[in-house]
Amino acid sequence: MAKLGDLAKACKSKNAGPFELTLDIVFEDAATFEKVRASGVICPELFARLYGVPAESVVFTEYPPAFAFKATIERRIASGAVGDGDVYGAQQHAPLLDVEVPL
Amino acid sequence: MATEVRMLSASGLLGYSFPEKSLRLGLARGLDMVGVDGGSSDPGPHYLGSGKRVNSKMAMKRDMVLLLKGAVAHKIPMIVGSCGGAGGEPHLQACVEILHEIAREEDFHFKMAVIHSELDKGWLKQRLAAGKIHPLGHAVPLTEPVIDRTERIVGMMGPEPYMKALDGGAQVILAGRSTDPAPWAALAMHHGMPPAPSWYAGKMLECGTGAAVPKGHDCLLATVARDYVEVEPANPERRCTPLSVAIQALHENASPTMHEEPGGILDSTDCRIEAVSDRAVRISGMQWRPQPYTIKLEGAEFAGYSAITFAGTRDPGLIGRLDSFLATVREAVATKAAALSVSPEQYQLVIRLYGVNGVMGEWEPQRDARSHEIGILAEVVAKAQEIANAVIALARVTLLHTDFPGRVCKEGNMAFPFSPSDIERGPVYRFSLRHVVEPDNPLQAFPIEYESV
Repeated sequence: MAKLGDLAKACKSKNAGPFELTLDIVFEDAATFEKVRASGVICPELFARLYGVPAESVVFTEYPPAFAFKATIERRIASGAVGDGDVYGAQQHAPLLDVEVPL
Repeated sequence: MATEVRMLSASGLLGYSFPEKSLRLGLARGLDMVGVDGGSSDPGPHYLGSGKRVNSKMAMKRDMVLLLKGAVAHKIPMIVGSCGGAGGEPHLQACVEILHEIAREEDFHFKMAVIHSELDKGWLKQRLAAGKIHPLGHAVPLTEPVIDRTERIVGMMGPEPYMKALDGGAQVILAGRSTDPAPWAALAMHHGMPPAPSWYAGKMLECGTGAAVPKGHDCLLATVARDYVEVEPANPERRCTPLSVAIQALHENASPTMHEEPGGILDSTDCRIEAVSDRAVRISGMQWRPQPYTIKLEGAEFAGYSAITFAGTRDPGLIGRLDSFLATVREAVATKAAALSVSPEQYQLVIRLYGVNGVMGEWEPQRDARSHEIGILAEVVAKAQEIANAVIALARVTLLHTDFPGRVCKEGNMAFPFSPSDIERGPVYRFSLRHVVEPDNPLQAFPIEYESV
């Protein structure tokens, strides 16, 4: 088992427009990316569980050219609306860091 | 017809600054255009709603002087999209004013096109009635009251208005809200390049050296040919690698491969990304898939007046019973507000707890973790500033003095770092539109004004 935070080169969140948040997990090389891909851990259901959104609403893409996975989800509160705590959506990645990947 | 078009993007945003040397090196390569993206919805709804600029006039002017000097000296176009941040009329006019100032100071003369993107509410209501406005994602269908309530609405223009202005002989184009790649896609298509590589180049250029390593605010060059795009940072200290280019495709997009733009989708699923040197990368195989022409709308509506106060607590007894303490505070604030004839419907009290879940709110998975100190940011949003100020003052004293079981420090529960402790924030806004409009043609919503400067 290894934690995603230790395996990934980049693990980030950012707005994709004012209403959506996009999460990227990028690996250093094809070998690591393929090992993680083969584990099946990174999938729409993972993001659904961590962020409390329906799995079918997660726009999920495996993106081998960047050794990356991408998931786009609905924001809890639109960027900058009353109650939002992260206008740029730049600090919503942390739950991914602790995800255990069997290697 | 040109076989190649070479363009430069100064940085990720007008006013972010970039090294002057990079622009000079870029210009020496022979350019067909210099440009920079001027805006984004990323800083939140305040700017679109209030009409204020995201970056300072000083910073925007510094960048624009250098770009304009380069454009005039090399007789090439200079284009800025999404002027002033949000791209509404006040934002666009702020940039027009800076441009006039520079032209006067430097004695520059050129033909300028100003392209407006703030939309007329009457026109939008007609489109709505004609069934030409559609919701995106989870949005509900648009209604007239939402259009009326929204402070300012802009449409994100595609490349067509820019191409029209270039055909009209404009050397300088300042435009309102646009899709980020539009200015560069327009220039490349103006010179006869096909949509797919033109849009792809725009996608790379809109973020300056976002597609390069090391990251930083700097100039990116893109060369568009009929069937490929080559990108390279102007500054020799940076380089583009196939990986840095691939990673850029992830940036601020819902999908790294399918990019929805006005009139089509840029599909990069089958792209080949290869190094042509240790600093330059060639991308080929992108596809442009035409779709019905739609323009994405952005709008911000007034949400109320805000006032905040910030304090920290270092009291273990209080930190151990934060939830019940805050419930008591909320109740006491409501009672005191009622005594001022302010009902609970007239204000929202938002309390963010830094050290608990201030960053992630309900998404925070570490529900029971507690720091030895907790930062408390209290905000009141109300229909009138006077009410917001009054209620935040009540929240401040109530946070400070509310009793709780086991309280040992009865002098005060909170450390306030500032005097005054309450901060008036003025009007705040929320993004109110998540819709697209079908225009009769791509130019319809974006009037172009020409001027001989």
